[in-house]
Amino acid sequence: MGRREYLIRKLVFAIFTLAVMLVFNFTLFRILPGDPAKLLVRDPRLSREAQERIRRNFGLDKPVWFNSEGSTVEVLVPSVALLAEPLDSGEVVSQAVQGERLDYVERSADGQWLSVLQINAEGRISARGWVQAGGVRVHVSLFDSQFFAYLRNLLKGDMGVSFSLRRDVSELLADRIWRTVILLLGGEIVAVVLGCVAGLLAAWRRGTRLETGLLTLGLISWALPTFWLGLILLILARGRLPIGGMVTAGLHHAGALEYWLDVGKHLVLPTLTLAIVYLGEFMLIMRSSVLEIFAEDYILVAKAKGLTTFQIIKDHALKNAALPMVTIVALTLGYTVGGAIQVETVFSWPGIGRLMYDAVTKRDYPVLQGTFLLLALSVILANFLADILYLILDPRVKPD
Amino acid sequence: MNNTEVLRVYLWQIFLQRPLGILGGGMLLLAAIVAILAPTIAPYDPYAHITIQPEEVMAPPGPGHLLGQDDAGRDVLSLLVYGARVSLTVGFAASLMSMFIGTTVGMVAGYFGGKIGNILMRITDGLMVIPNLPLMLVLIAVWGRGLWKIILVIGLLGWTYTARLVRSQVLSIKERPYVLRAKAIGASGLRIIVYHIFPQVVPLVLAEAVLDISASILAESSLSFLGLGDPMLVSWGSMLNFAFERGAISRGAWWYLLPPGLGIVWVTLGLIFLGNTLEEIINPRLHTHHLFDPRRMVALVADAVPEATTE
Repeated sequence: MGRREYLIRKLVFAIFTLAVMLVFNFTLFRILPGDPAKLLVRDPRLSREAQERIRRNFGLDKPVWFNSEGSTVEVLVPSVALLAEPLDSGEVVSQAVQGERLDYVERSADGQWLSVLQINAEGRISARGWVQAGGVRVHVSLFDSQFFAYLRNLLKGDMGVSFSLRRDVSELLADRIWRTVILLLGGEIVAVVLGCVAGLLAAWRRGTRLETGLLTLGLISWALPTFWLGLILLILARGRLPIGGMVTAGLHHAGALEYWLDVGKHLVLPTLTLAIVYLGEFMLIMRSSVLEIFAEDYILVAKAKGLTTFQIIKDHALKNAALPMVTIVALTLGYTVGGAIQVETVFSWPGIGRLMYDAVTKRDYPVLQGTFLLLALSVILANFLADILYLILDPRVKPD
Repeated sequence: MNNTEVLRVYLWQIFLQRPLGILGGGMLLLAAIVAILAPTIAPYDPYAHITIQPEEVMAPPGPGHLLGQDDAGRDVLSLLVYGARVSLTVGFAASLMSMFIGTTVGMVAGYFGGKIGNILMRITDGLMVIPNLPLMLVLIAVWGRGLWKIILVIGLLGWTYTARLVRSQVLSIKERPYVLRAKAIGASGLRIIVYHIFPQVVPLVLAEAVLDISASILAESSLSFLGLGDPMLVSWGSMLNFAFERGAISRGAWWYLLPPGLGIVWVTLGLIFLGNTLEEIINPRLHTHHLFDPRRMVALVADAVPEATTE
């Protein structure tokens, strides 16, 4: 397989997964029984105009997926009257002049009348009524729907407003993402390095007590619930290390060095928790892939050539073990992110995971939707990057 | 002694050589007995309405309560015993579902290949990439909390690894002569999958299932810890959620924090010991390698197959 073909395949897959994720995220929160927008619209205390405005802002007046109905109306004749209830030949609500665009179309049953909204310069609804279909042209844009409004808003960075924190979700996410990245990077690096070393050692010393010991430790680490390990470390470290948050309260005004040292102290326990929990899996995978490599004929050949064990491991085993490691690190990223939620919850680390936990307990759906989307996107992106790394590492994928 | 008997003796010997596997099985069995006999074993009924004195809130272990009391004055030991029920139920039920979906998808994708196989595997890959716990959180948060919902969510999301494993196994099985012969005499695809391929993947699926149950139990406890467990049931995860939310850490109430976690570790560790042993037995390629002392290698093989060498 050529490099270009491989890259294109992986790219198409990443884009496809991303698209499915977007559709899923949109649908899931749209079918909510307690969709806040819908509840607001149904609230009888709101005036009809206010309800109309909410509907418009959330795009609830539009079709869900594709718009085949029409979305704007262009006035063709010099002026068109908007009537309140045309079938009872009602009063004139407003006039629309030639070239003016009116919003939202719904045809009456006989097709003779269109229901429209007139929007003034400030974007407010200035009148709602019916116009005769004869004097106007209907513009149909397939993408003027709730789903595409959601996508457009996402592109603009608008992910809604948090119910509980009254802040833009995108702002909240931008504030917190780097904290989660620090935490995960630290935990992951420690786990991968120690896991590889321990796995190699276990494979090399196959059948010894050392292997049994390492193996048992690895299995225990695999069996530990992340959040519980965190709780236990918390209770053990009480009074010795900071047990929650990212910095000691009031330290924001201290010098940079003091500030970051304090952050570092707060990082110890969460990082340690993540590292211990992931270490086992990396070690076990490293062990079994090194064992499989040791059983290959090229290792026997290398041994027959008189290479030392160290040389064999360095030049032949490690290089080939790197590939499955990259794959497994990428594949377990999804779990790693799950671990971040637990660790951040336990240690009140103010990152994406803690945000998600708070959103769950407060039923803050916009935040829940935003955090989930961000986590899913990050993992998809990281997997794509791992695929590219694979391309560099695997000699079997030939350059064009 | 015929071939299958030699094989059986060989596998049994290998199993006996692995104390971890036996230990794991024993641990699991004990947990299952505790779960089944929970009403008899537990000193108190955790679901009963009780009125308590202020000093009974998170009271340390004492004669009446061997593991102390929780924030509502309930007996921690009884909660622990009843918690085993939820963990094991969710673990087994969710994994049964995952294994069914995973094996079916894997066999169909592996045997038929082509377009169907490709589509199935892309779906599998896609689901694999999506972070599991956040997805479960979102689904339960939107859908509502409940035992069956948790089982469904965990079961419906946990089959991807099994599907890949089974598929790669089927890819080699379907080229074997007996499958080709069955095909030649006109057996249908469904018949070949059910009668000729399925029996071959059963051992693999079994080992995978044991490991998957532990993953399901961990997933359930994480969800419950994050406050999304069944509100009507006592589970180890939800015990820890209450302990965490109601200040067991600042009070230093280790008797409230340790037992539920140890319960989870007990069961998952038992399953992992057992599953790993099964996997090692099934994958003989892991038994030896070229950097290994050859004398020990010979000894190991001779030990493992005493009957086969004398026969």
